[in-house]
Amino acid sequence: MIDRRTFMKHSGAAIAAVSAGIASPSVRALAATTALPFDNGDRPLVKYPQKRPMIGLTSRPPQLETPFSVFNTNVITPNDAFFVRYHLADVPLNIDPATFSLEIKGKVDRPAKLSLSDLKKMPAIEIVAVNQCSGNSRGFFNPRVAGGQLGNGAMGNARWRGVPLKAVLEKAGVQSGARQVTFNGMDGPVSDKTPDFIKALDIDHARDGEVLLTYSMNGTDLPVLNGFPLRLVVPGHYGTYWVKHLNEITVIDNVFDGFWMKTAYRIPDNDCNCVEPGSAPKATVPIKRFKVRSFITSVADGAKLKAGAQTLKGIAFDGGKGIKEVAVSTDGGKTWAQARLGKDLGKYSFREWQLPVKLAAGPHELKVRATSNGGETQGTDPLWNGAGYLRNVVETVRVTAA
Amino acid sequence: MKKLSTLTAVTLIGLAGLLAGTYGSGPSKAGAKPIAYKLPNETATFKPGPNVELVKNNCTACHSVDYVQTQPRGPKFKEDFWRAEVTKMIKVYGAPIEEADVGKIVDYLTQNY
Repeated sequence: MIDRRTFMKHSGAAIAAVSAGIASPSVRALAATTALPFDNGDRPLVKYPQKRPMIGLTSRPPQLETPFSVFNTNVITPNDAFFVRYHLADVPLNIDPATFSLEIKGKVDRPAKLSLSDLKKMPAIEIVAVNQCSGNSRGFFNPRVAGGQLGNGAMGNARWRGVPLKAVLEKAGVQSGARQVTFNGMDGPVSDKTPDFIKALDIDHARDGEVLLTYSMNGTDLPVLNGFPLRLVVPGHYGTYWVKHLNEITVIDNVFDGFWMKTAYRIPDNDCNCVEPGSAPKATVPIKRFKVRSFITSVADGAKLKAGAQTLKGIAFDGGKGIKEVAVSTDGGKTWAQARLGKDLGKYSFREWQLPVKLAAGPHELKVRATSNGGETQGTDPLWNGAGYLRNVVETVRVTAA
Repeated sequence: MKKLSTLTAVTLIGLAGLLAGTYGSGPSKAGAKPIAYKLPNETATFKPGPNVELVKNNCTACHSVDYVQTQPRGPKFKEDFWRAEVTKMIKVYGAPIEEADVGKIVDYLTQNY
C-alpha cells in the first residue's frame, strides 16, 4: 500500500507553497531556469540543503544534476555540487549517526551490527573515484528514450574515505558457497508493492579490497543527499551500485534476483553493449564498469571566443585502467593533437588535460577523444541502447572565433 | 516549453522561505549530530485537462509531476509511449491503478505531453 503519510505531507506542502505568495528577495535568485541542449531540456535551478543551486530534474524523489561549469573549476567535485539520484521517494530525513548501525548477515559465521564508531575504529583507506549515473547524458540519445532526461552533469569525482568492504566481510566470516553480497540502504519505496532498491556484487568483487564503506567525502561527512552516514563506493562502476544510507549487507549463496539487478540496469550482452536504434537486445547483463569518456570543460557549446591562441582544457576518465592519452581536434575530427595530461589522482579519478590551440576567425568544431590504459577509446558515432545507458561518444563543442 | 519554464520560475519565487531546509553537518567523527532534513517543496504541476484529478491521484502518490513533464516529446512519444509507461508503473512498481482508469490516464498524458 501507499504510505499516505508521505503522500499527504508532500501534497500539503505543495498547496502551502502555492498560497505562500511572493517571496523574500533571498529566494528570488533561485527563480531561474537553465536549458539543457536537447528538446524539452528546460530545467529549474533548485536549492537543496547542503547543496548550491543545482539543475533540478525531479523533486520527489530528488534528482539533481551538477551544472557543467563546475567540472572546469574543480577536478574534485565539491560536495555541495555533487549530483543526486534517488529511485524511491521514501528518503530518510531524520538520521542519527549515534544510533545508526550497519547489519551484516546471511551466509556469514558471525552476523554483526556495526555502529558508525565501530566502522571508524577500523583501518581506513582513501580513494579518489568518479561516480557516474548509468543514464548520464540520456537526453542526448537519438532516437530519444524514456527515463531521466539528463545532460552531462550526473557525474562527479570525490575523495572517499572509509573501510574496505573486504575487512568487514572478513570480520563476519564469509561461509563457503557464498556467491554474491547484497546491499540495501535506508531509502525505500512509498508502496510496499514497489521493489526496494537493493543491489548485488559478486563475492570476489565485494572482496577485492577496493569496494569501500565510506563515511567521508572530500574530508567531511557525506552530504545527506549523497548517502549520509554511510555509502557503498564501487570504484570504476556506474553509480547504481553506490548504495546510499547503507545499513544492510547480506551474503547470499545464489545470484540475487531482485528487480534492480534482474530487470533494471541491464545492458545488451554483446561487444558494444548496443543495439540498432529502436530494437531490443537478444540477451542482457547487469551494467558494470564505466566506458571511457572525455569532455571539454573550458568552453561551452555555442560559445563565442576570441580568435588566436588559447588553451583548451577538460577531463577524462574510464572504468579503472586509467587514462593513457587524450586527443583533441579543432577541425571537426580531421586532425588530432595530443593534449597534456594533468596530475594523476589515481586510476579511478577524473584526469585533467589541456592543450594550447590557435583558432582562426570563423566557426570551429572542437572534439575530444580519450584512450584508456586498457586501449579502450571513444567512438565517432554514438552507440544506442533502449535504456539510455553508457553514453561515451566523442563529444563535440561548436564555437565561433572572432 | 518557454511558457512552462516561466511558470516553473514563478512557482519557485512563490516558495519563499519554505525552501530553506534545516540540517546539521557535524565533523567527520564518531558522535556527529543527528540530522533532521527537509526537502524543498514540489513546483511542477499537471496541465489542466480532462481527468487531471485522476492522473494526479494515481501518479503523484509515488513521484512528482516533473517525472512526466521532462520526458521526450514528439510523435514517437504519444499513446504507445504513455501506455507503456503506465503499464510499467502498474506491473513493475505496483501502482494501484484501477483497470478502468488506465485508458483515461493514457489519454490525458497523450493529449497534454
